[in-house]
Amino acid sequence: MNQQYQDATELAAQIRSGRISAESVIEETLKDIHNRNQELNCFTAITTERALAQAKHIDNKVSLGHDPGLLAGVPFAVKNLFDIAGITTLAGSKINREQPPAPQDATPITKLQQAGAILVGALNMDEYAYGFVTENSHYGATPNPHDLTRISGGSSGGSAATVAAKLVPFSLGSDTNGSVRVPAALCGVYGLKPTYGRLSRKGAFLFSSSLDHIGAFANSVRDLVKIFAVLQGNDPQDPVCTKKPPESNFSVIGNNIADLRIAVADGYFSEGATPEALDPVAKVAKTLNVTQSITIPESHRARAAAYIITAVEGANLHLKNLQSRPQDFDQATRDRFLAGALIPASWYTQAQKFRSWYRRQVQDIFQQVDIILAPTTPCVAPKLGQTTLKIAEEEILVRPNLGRFTQPLSFIGLPVLSIPVKQSTTLPLGVQIIAAPYQELSIFRIADFLEAQIIK
Amino acid sequence: MEQPKEDWTEYIKQTAKLMDLNLTEEYLPGVTDNFVAIANIASIVMEFELPEDIEVAPIFEP
Repeated sequence: MNQQYQDATELAAQIRSGRISAESVIEETLKDIHNRNQELNCFTAITTERALAQAKHIDNKVSLGHDPGLLAGVPFAVKNLFDIAGITTLAGSKINREQPPAPQDATPITKLQQAGAILVGALNMDEYAYGFVTENSHYGATPNPHDLTRISGGSSGGSAATVAAKLVPFSLGSDTNGSVRVPAALCGVYGLKPTYGRLSRKGAFLFSSSLDHIGAFANSVRDLVKIFAVLQGNDPQDPVCTKKPPESNFSVIGNNIADLRIAVADGYFSEGATPEALDPVAKVAKTLNVTQSITIPESHRARAAAYIITAVEGANLHLKNLQSRPQDFDQATRDRFLAGALIPASWYTQAQKFRSWYRRQVQDIFQQVDIILAPTTPCVAPKLGQTTLKIAEEEILVRPNLGRFTQPLSFIGLPVLSIPVKQSTTLPLGVQIIAAPYQELSIFRIADFLEAQIIK
Repeated sequence: MEQPKEDWTEYIKQTAKLMDLNLTEEYLPGVTDNFVAIANIASIVMEFELPEDIEVAPIFEP
């Protein structure tokens, strides 16, 4: 990407005004990807011809005085579980390489393209999205651009790393238990997971449908607002997609935030983390003058229930291949999928019932507050290949624990934005800004205020 | 709920047969480790007493 532009919004403004051409932006972006991808290992496919053809189309629109779209000429890329017409959807696996190319783009790609954004490729991930590390045995690890000896997080690791490295200004990922928010925090970018059902998942290879969301990564709040505005809206082809009307009142972003009641999540959300991982929450709370704290009850059970639902639905989705060709799975996911196929039905049903119960408790909390703050990850990015981590004198496993703070929230579909907070250390961390279902605007208002105060 | 690892081995082997999964000697230790972990996690959910009126939502509206 042309690194002199701070974000997609600025870049689109330049292209829309005709000051620079979309073609020159895309040519430079593709060159940059070719030069740096060997080291960063973000891209698993690059859509050169398609991107250049669309860039010419955008430039033509500009020269004719037609509206080229809100995101005109802005390059973006997607986690390789989104269908891209003419390319096989890998979902991080070796098995899916045998599938025919996707006949059409996933709905979110179509919507972004209609807004003028230009797809430049597909991005690395954990196999079938089952992981928080993006250390993929088939396609290699995607390292953290801030320190190449560390993980980018996952499962949307390629999506977070490519935005952190400024190869593209924004990207799409998916989040079942934290797979947008965890890599966003570890790579120091914004990661948005809107309300469950808010954005269409049509054309995205699912993992655990009860919990699957799609989301986006960017380097500014205003970019995420635009991407969200473009992606929202009902899609009859996604059975969980909401029928609520799209959000339209974006002009409130930038207004005074004094009307929003904010609290810090205590208890579960203030334990099980390194002290440095909790610092950003305190910093954000101080900036917002927040003194109130709230307890979201039984969050450890919410995380456990999410784990069971994920294991059962994921194993069911892949059952045929687990029966016929288990050797072709990534070793890191194979045994977990196989174990998931053996879970008694009652454990799964109870986990789904618990989801209804937990949702009720959180609905009550949102009668008292509008925004909840919590850490995104319990630590900074671990080293590549690191299996354990020491927290409060206890040795714990890295892979499952990276989702400690994200998992209970996606479990009930709450909208969450992980914002990057600068630390005295060189490694980034994130804070989750959490709201009641469909209250993404409140999140954007807080994030916009914080961006001006402590992030920029 | 929490049971020793060996208690699960027979369950794992039998259920794998029922599910037509070929758990080779190579896979069995890893699958067992994962299943034991899942069983421990499930116990956190199963031990919690839910009110009787709690239902699984057929369509989940967050």
